[in-house]
Amino acid sequence: MGVPVSIQGTVLIPKVAKGSPVFKTVAVVGPPNAGKTTLFNRLTGLRQKVGNFPGVTVEHHTGSFRLDSGEEVSLIDLPGVYSLNPKSEDEKVTIDVINGVMPGAERPDAIILVLDSKNLNRHLVLAGRVIALGLPTLVLLNMADELHKQGGRVDVLPLARQLGTPVALVSAVTGEGLQAVANFLVATPHMPEPLELPIFGDPRHCREWAVRMGSRAAYRPGATPEWTRRLDSIFLHKLWGGVIFAVVIVAVFQTIFSLGQPASDLLQKLLDGVAVRLASLLPAGLINSLVVNGIWKGAGSVLVFLPQILLLFLVIGILEDSGYLARAAVISDKLMAKVGLNGKSFIPLLSAYGCAVPAIMATRTIENKRDRIATILIAPFMTCSARLPVYTMVIAAFIPNRPALGPVVGTRAVVMLSLYVLGFAMAVATAKALKSSVLRSRDVAFIMELPPYRWPRWKSLGLRLMDRANAFLFRAGTVILGVSILLWALTYLPMHNGQPPAIGDSAIAKVGHFIEPAIRPLGFNWRIGVGLLSSFAAREVIIATMGTLHGVDPESHAMALQEALKSDLTPAGAIALLVFFAFAMQCASTMAVVKRETNGWKWPILQFLYMTVVAYVASFVAYRVTLLYWH
Amino acid sequence: MLFNFMKARPARLGHTLGDLAVGESGILEDFDMPQSIAEHLINLGFVPGLKVLVARSGPGGNPRVYRVDGTEVALRRDLSRCIAVRPLREQEAEMR
Repeated sequence: MGVPVSIQGTVLIPKVAKGSPVFKTVAVVGPPNAGKTTLFNRLTGLRQKVGNFPGVTVEHHTGSFRLDSGEEVSLIDLPGVYSLNPKSEDEKVTIDVINGVMPGAERPDAIILVLDSKNLNRHLVLAGRVIALGLPTLVLLNMADELHKQGGRVDVLPLARQLGTPVALVSAVTGEGLQAVANFLVATPHMPEPLELPIFGDPRHCREWAVRMGSRAAYRPGATPEWTRRLDSIFLHKLWGGVIFAVVIVAVFQTIFSLGQPASDLLQKLLDGVAVRLASLLPAGLINSLVVNGIWKGAGSVLVFLPQILLLFLVIGILEDSGYLARAAVISDKLMAKVGLNGKSFIPLLSAYGCAVPAIMATRTIENKRDRIATILIAPFMTCSARLPVYTMVIAAFIPNRPALGPVVGTRAVVMLSLYVLGFAMAVATAKALKSSVLRSRDVAFIMELPPYRWPRWKSLGLRLMDRANAFLFRAGTVILGVSILLWALTYLPMHNGQPPAIGDSAIAKVGHFIEPAIRPLGFNWRIGVGLLSSFAAREVIIATMGTLHGVDPESHAMALQEALKSDLTPAGAIALLVFFAFAMQCASTMAVVKRETNGWKWPILQFLYMTVVAYVASFVAYRVTLLYWH
Repeated sequence: MLFNFMKARPARLGHTLGDLAVGESGILEDFDMPQSIAEHLINLGFVPGLKVLVARSGPGGNPRVYRVDGTEVALRRDLSRCIAVRPLREQEAEMR
């Protein structure tokens, strides 16, 4: 069956791709899972940027679509919506943008509506609502390739006549039929009145209208491929479903640790190498130190997260695009219900064991805002990979390695495992507390659409990876860089005769001495205090700081640092330090990402205060209790 | 209004979607839940008058997967007990 590229008849789009665009700003609207983002990526390629509207957490992309004439049309990708009901935040944003009342967004002069051609009986209802808004609209029936493969069909011309808008059958994945977009943008379409729009309000009538529209277009949806059902009978099987789920999770972990960690380490080495080069190239002095220790180290502490973030998003992207993520949410839902969350929070929380930054970015799949905030708030309690070097160093310095549980599992392993359990337990407790108080969800239920399985497309995966990497590097990166330069300044001030002070006389040491009374109850001295302060940039920074403070190189003299630590901490203080690290939010990257994802400073500041208080109290208790048993 | 599905035991509904066994189907009749959730279900295809089939249950028996209007949607048991259906007998189900 042929696919009409342009439609002749009452609703005319002339076959001219050249010429000036009639529309300058076009909104892309459509239900979730209709391929709206794929289409947007296809049309704009890399000429797009992401942003938040002021005051809402809903994210939107803007991009430009280049016509053959070289002129550009600005496209706004709006959140996926099923209807236009101002009660939901996503749908209110869509309505506000289309009506031109959203601050910061240009009023669109046309709409491209993307529907799933395999689900027209449901999706045409949205077409009715969008067309009723009165803007020139192009209706794209997407996923034509799959519709045909599954034996479905639809005639666009009768549908276009009924709706009073141009309609094209397209595939955003293969590019088939997309010329219709350019044609729509350059031609002034003749817009007759729609023959009949549904009576809004009654779902039965809306659906009957949609079915009637479909039948006039000889619509046949085609059948869900049999292999989706067959795969589900394995992936959601009573026994095998759970086993496969566990295997997938272990594989995700394994990927992050066995590939991501070494990649991060390698990158760190490269960056350190460049730092040494930089230091030797620049004349010694203030500028040298600012560039090497302030700016480069700051930029480096952002960059080292990148391999893990990209890997995690690659893995999650494959799971998501293939359709397995929806099944994983179903399988883990029973478990998550126990802490007041639902299955959609599981994967982000799992990712947080690698790094909280991508985990918090991955919460975008949780539609319910309260559940999403709750997940963001508890994610940093999961033991991330930045805690590991700190744990390893302190445990190696203070915990004697004796057999604990049988001959194989020693005391050190038990302490390490306890720290993982501690973080997890606090996450669960916090989730329960949040979900039964401030973040109690109203009128929300676990409703999960299970899309058919399909092969992930590398191009759309790649674009999403770029998007995430950009968001992290430019939005979070600037904050981290600032913190790192501030820390550098505190270490190098006040200057005496153009020379930086000895570390003991530096501003940071003064701060360390200043906070010492506050941390003495935890068994920490001023040096640990400085280490803690510096670790608020990133947890593992404490190792380098302690190294600097003790005048030893942390890399080559690990043993020396471990010995030196014993002059700062008693064993009880060491336990207190471990507990502090398990709970405290010492990560500028995480704070920056929480700020970005929640679109404001309210949540990151509350989260920071909460986690710091919890860490302080727990650390104090741990110190006093350990003192009773271990002097 | 805060709606607790765990405690809501809709007395006014006769048969509910939660009462159907895997493989059984029924005709959707009514929702006993807040408007916003009912609307979300309707958007996903749970339109009164349509046939819904209990396609399978998850590994833990909850949530279960329902097939309606060409798509599959997973719902927890508590929510499915707030959806009224008219159960279809086997021959009837095949005819539809």
